[in-house]
Amino acid sequence: MMTPEQNFMRKIEAEEKIEPKDWMPEAYRQNLIRQISQHAHSEVIGMQPEGNWITRAPSLRRKAVLLSKVQDEGGHGLYLYSATETLGVKRADLIAAMQSGEAKYASIFNYPTQTWADIGAIGWLVDGAAIVNQISLQRTSYGPYSRAMIRICKEESFHQRQGYELMIALAHGSPAQKAMAQDALNRFYWPALMMFGPHDAESAHSAKSMTWKIKRETNDDLRQKFIDQTVPQIEFLGLVHPDQDLKWNAERGHYDSGEIDWKEFYNVINGNGHCNRQRVEHHIRAHEEGAWVRDAMTAYNAKQRAKTTEQRQAA
Amino acid sequence: MSDFNLKAATQEYATRLGDDAVVLGHRLSEWTSNGPFLEEDIALSNVALDYIGRARMYYTYAAELAGNGKTEDDFAYTRDMREYRNLLIHELPRGDFAYTMVRQLLVDVFNTYYLPELAKSADSTLAGIAQKAIKETRYHLRRSHEWTLRLGDGTEASHQRMQRALESLWGYTHELFDADPLELQLADAGIGVHNAALRPTWLAQVSAILTEATLTVPKDDWAVRGGRVGYHTENLGHLLNDMQFLHRAYPGCQW
Ligand SMILES: [Fe+2]
Ligand SMILES: [Fe+2]
Repeated sequence: MMTPEQNFMRKIEAEEKIEPKDWMPEAYRQNLIRQISQHAHSEVIGMQPEGNWITRAPSLRRKAVLLSKVQDEGGHGLYLYSATETLGVKRADLIAAMQSGEAKYASIFNYPTQTWADIGAIGWLVDGAAIVNQISLQRTSYGPYSRAMIRICKEESFHQRQGYELMIALAHGSPAQKAMAQDALNRFYWPALMMFGPHDAESAHSAKSMTWKIKRETNDDLRQKFIDQTVPQIEFLGLVHPDQDLKWNAERGHYDSGEIDWKEFYNVINGNGHCNRQRVEHHIRAHEEGAWVRDAMTAYNAKQRAKTTEQRQAA
Repeated sequence: MSDFNLKAATQEYATRLGDDAVVLGHRLSEWTSNGPFLEEDIALSNVALDYIGRARMYYTYAAELAGNGKTEDDFAYTRDMREYRNLLIHELPRGDFAYTMVRQLLVDVFNTYYLPELAKSADSTLAGIAQKAIKETRYHLRRSHEWTLRLGDGTEASHQRMQRALESLWGYTHELFDADPLELQLADAGIGVHNAALRPTWLAQVSAILTEATLTVPKDDWAVRGGRVGYHTENLGHLLNDMQFLHRAYPGCQW
């Protein structure tokens, strides 16, 4: 007879998915709750920096594209909250944890969207980096998370293409537009690399996540994929690569790159980004402003239920 | 009526309808990331998208009729406040959720009767746009109807907010049923719609929904008008300032 623990590990090794009703180690469950809810919060908080340009989008087509992109991100948040709820937690509690700062979201969204080109840079680089990570997560060991990733990846690749297409329009536009594109690339390139997390040696959650196959590839391997795929894209735009130390390494078959400024990474994570407070406060404000709406809904539903019971009793 | 230029009038009419749609779509898009909960945030963005889509169809047709190489974006982005011809109700601020939902109810019921008439237009392009919009409006009205019930008959606080929103929006509904000579002539030509005839059915349905929601139908003792002649509230200038920012800061660029 196998113990539940042995059976769990057998499934993991056999690439079988773990489903909500299956036995799982408590630490596995907690690890998943942390990761998936953080992912959900990132989708939702990410609506803000892009939402910042919806009313200023410079064509009706771009406005519609951006609006539906941000709407998609909200949808991703919903799938991921649902996936987290299969682990026995409530969305309201997850949201409260994010609002109190106890739960994190992707630090990339603590950067401000200053110009229209930032919308292109985010679609191209931030969604681009997210896809590299999420493609890998399609093979994650937890069934509901894996299925959410498969669904989300399809939409993310649209986002990336649309973002890149926006950058092409700017890079091939007027000198001012091209400068705007270069500036956005300069500001978002390094933070996009940081999205993959610290180097493997320093990553707090990595080892266990790899054994349990929650994570399938290391931070550095995923980052390398992104670095490699981005080089020809920058070239095609005719923009200057922000990494001056970037060099092709024929032996490795990869680009070698300059060192990431980890001081900045931790600085922003630890609350010194331009928008950390703003993002959370915005979320809290919208949530509080909506309280009377949610209360009214509850009250209305209760009244309706009472009416139906009354009718049933009368009949 | 001999010097009435049907093509120019139709172009003007399509522009007006495009203005209505773009301005309301803009207002609704202000809800994105500000909704009372995530599902509703997404639904509001959806309605906003429908209106942006409508604006694009109307403007594209206006551009086609203008025939001078103009595009939908020239209509949206290069005209200033006094050239905009939207009805005022669409440009009023987004307000709170009650205000947004009451406005939607008033406009959705209007569109429920207006669009099927426009769908009979002798102008096949306008008829086609209306036909597509009818389906969207059916969904919009289902939403605004349900929200009116929930909020009107929800809590004391939600009821008050709804009644207050109704009182402050009601005077802007009269304009929905006005027609200047251009719109009258288009209606007579079978291209436009005789809006005034829609008011009794509109009022009956709105009143029924409000009553069902325990709300009071406001008194008809005030009316603000001017959208169709470009006499706007102060809100539109700020809206266009936002919307047209990049075109104003970087004139003549492609985006
Ligand atoms: Fe997403
Ligand atoms: Fe995305």
